[in-house]
Amino acid sequence: MSRIDTRFAQLRSENRAGLVTFVTAGDPDAETSLAILKALPEAGADVIEMGMPFSDPMADGPAIQLAGQRALSSGQTMAKTLDMVRRFRDGDDQTPLVLMGYYNPIYIYGVDKFLDDAVAAGVDGLIIVDIPPEADEELCIPAVHRGLNFIRLATPTTDDKRLPTVLNNTSGFVYYVSITGITGAAAPNPDEVAASVARIKAKTDLPVAVGFGVKTAGQAAAIAAAADGVVVGSALVSAIAGSLDDDGRAGPATVGAVTDLVRDLAAGIRGAANGSAA
Amino acid sequence: MSQPVDPNSFRTGPDEAGHFGIFGGRYVAETLMPLILDLEKAYNDAKADPAFAAELTELNARYTGRPSPLYFAERLTEHLGGAKIYFKRDELNHTGSHKINNCLGQILLARRMGKTRIIAETGAGQHGVAAATVAARFGLPCVVYMGRTDVERQSPNVFRMRLLGAEIVPVTAGAGTLKDAMNEALRDWVTNVSDTYYLIGTAAGPHPYPELVRDFQSVIGNETKEQIVAAEGRLPDLIVACVGGGSNAIGLFHPFLDDSDVAIVGVEAGGEGLQGDQHCASLSAGRPGVLHGNRTYLLQDGDGQILEGHSISAGLDYPGIGPEHSWLKEIGRVEYVPATDEEAMEAFQMITRFEGIIPALEPAHAFAEVIKRAPKMDPDQIIVMNLCGRGDKDVFTVGKVLGVEL
Repeated sequence: MSRIDTRFAQLRSENRAGLVTFVTAGDPDAETSLAILKALPEAGADVIEMGMPFSDPMADGPAIQLAGQRALSSGQTMAKTLDMVRRFRDGDDQTPLVLMGYYNPIYIYGVDKFLDDAVAAGVDGLIIVDIPPEADEELCIPAVHRGLNFIRLATPTTDDKRLPTVLNNTSGFVYYVSITGITGAAAPNPDEVAASVARIKAKTDLPVAVGFGVKTAGQAAAIAAAADGVVVGSALVSAIAGSLDDDGRAGPATVGAVTDLVRDLAAGIRGAANGSAA
Repeated sequence: MSQPVDPNSFRTGPDEAGHFGIFGGRYVAETLMPLILDLEKAYNDAKADPAFAAELTELNARYTGRPSPLYFAERLTEHLGGAKIYFKRDELNHTGSHKINNCLGQILLARRMGKTRIIAETGAGQHGVAAATVAARFGLPCVVYMGRTDVERQSPNVFRMRLLGAEIVPVTAGAGTLKDAMNEALRDWVTNVSDTYYLIGTAAGPHPYPELVRDFQSVIGNETKEQIVAAEGRLPDLIVACVGGGSNAIGLFHPFLDDSDVAIVGVEAGGEGLQGDQHCASLSAGRPGVLHGNRTYLLQDGDGQILEGHSISAGLDYPGIGPEHSWLKEIGRVEYVPATDEEAMEAFQMITRFEGIIPALEPAHAFAEVIKRAPKMDPDQIIVMNLCGRGDKDVFTVGKVLGVEL
C-alpha cells in the first residue's frame, strides 16, 4: 500500500474526509516554502499537494499562476523542488505528498531521471494536468511501474463513456475538478458535486477528492459531506500572497497565515458528517 | 506515436493521435479533452461533406477575394540580379493577411458544431481582426485575448476589432504577448466549454488544430502551384515564407512537400540575433518541449520554463512553432533560418520602394532571406515568397525605428 492508500484507509476508519492542501514549491522562497510544508501536517493537512512551478499554467487561475511566478523569480527549479520533498521526508514518513504540475518541466528534466529522483525523494504520487490518458505511455505507465500513484483529474466534461478511460491506470485517488474552469474560480455547487462523486464511485473503488474553487471552511465542510477528500489551493497561496511585505518578501506572519487557514479548513471538514461512507 | 510511414510522401501526417513524428499530439487538461475529440470528429465529418468545401470555396472567392494574385516582382528581381522573384499576394485578402483563410474555415466548423460564442488569441492583431471579421459576418459574439504589450503596439488593429464588435481582453500575465494571450484563451475555453469555439490562429495547439489550420491555409500553396505553372510552365526552385506559429508557411509549403525539386525555406524572427535571448527563433535556437497542447520546438530555459520571445514583429513573437514544422525540420525537408529585426527592416523598405507594396513586418522577414539567396541563383531560376500580410498595421512600429514621430 502506498502512503496515499494508507492515509485514505485511515480516514475511512475515522469516518471523515481528508483535507488535501496545495501550495507551490518555492513560494515565496525556498526556505519559507519548506517551513510551510513542514507545518502543514500538524495544522491538519491529510494529504499534501505541492505544485511544481511552471511559466505557463494554462489550467490555473491568477492566484496559483502568481504563486508560480513568485517561486520562479525566487529561483525555484525542479531540482530544488525534489530536494524540498527529501527534506520534508526526513521529518515526516507518514503524510502523503503528491507533486502537481505541467509536463514540460518534467520532460526537460528527463522523464526517467525525474521519476527516479521523485521516488528517491519520497514523492508518493503525481498529478500532471496536461497529460491525458491518451498519452499514458509517456509518463503515467513509467511512473506506475516505479510504484508512484498517478492521480487523474476527472471533470464535469468527462462523461460516462469517457470515465473508464480516465480511471484506467489511475491510482491513489481520483481528483474531481468540481467546475468547468480554472483553479480558484467559482465555488462548486455541493449538490452537483455529490451527484458527480457518486457517478465516479459507481465506476471505481478509489477515493474521490474534490477541488477547484473551494476557499472557506464552510465550503470545505459542504464538499466533505460528499467526498473522500477536499482540495484547497488558491485560498492557501492567496494567504501567502497576503502575508508578504511590499517587496514581496515573506514576513514573520507568512507560515502562520497558511497554517491558520489550514486549521480552520480542517476543523470545518472534521465537523462535517461524511456522507460518502466509502 | 507512430507516424504513418510512407517513404514516398511528406504529406500523410498527422497520425490518428495527431502526431507528426514525435511532434504534435494532444497535451491538454481533461476538461478540454472531450472538446478536442468532438472537434476532431466534427472536422472529419466536414471534410467528408462536399457542401462544406463548396461553401468555403464560395466565401474564399466572394468574401476574401481569392485566388490572390501571383505577382512577378520585376524591379526587385532586376535589383537583386538573380532568380526571378514572385510574390504570392495574400496581403490583398480581405482583412489584409492570410489569417482570413483559416478563420472562414473554422467559423464554418463552429457553426456546424452549434457553437454560439467565438474566442481567439492574437499577437499582431491580424488574426484577431480576421476572427472578429468572420464573427461579425456570421453574427456570433467574439472575445479576443491580446497581450497588454501587443495591445499597446498594435492599437490600429485593436480599434478595428472593436469596430467589428469584438470584445478585447488585454492579458497582463507574463510579458503580455502572444503566448500569454493563448494561455488566457485556453482558460476561457476551459471555463465556457459548452457554447464556446476556440478559433485558434496558427497551425499549433492540440490535435486537430495543426491539421485543420494547415488544410484551410493550403489554399495558398494550391493556388500558387497552378499560378506558377501557368506563368512559367513549371514549379519554382525555391519557396519562402516567414514562420511565427507557422500557418502561412505551412499553407504555402504543404502542397509542395512531395515536389522534391522545390527547395523550401522558413524564416524565423531572429530579433536582435541568436547570440542572446532577444529573438523568437524556436526552431533555430530552441528545443523540443510541450506547450499549448502539443510537443514542438520551444524557446525555454534549462528547467523547462518557457521564455518570452522578442521580435520587432508582433506576429512572429511566439516561443513555439506549429508541430508539423518541427517535424519538417527534423526530417530535413524544410530548412529554417533566422532573419534579424534589422534585416527585416531593410527588406521592408526594399519591397516598399521597389514594388510599391508596403508589406507587413512578418513577410519582410521572409524577404530578408530572399535578398540573401536570389543574387546567388541563376536568372532562369524561380523563387516564390508568400507576402502574407500588408504593412498598414506596422507603420507606427517602423516609424519609431526610423525615428519618425507619427
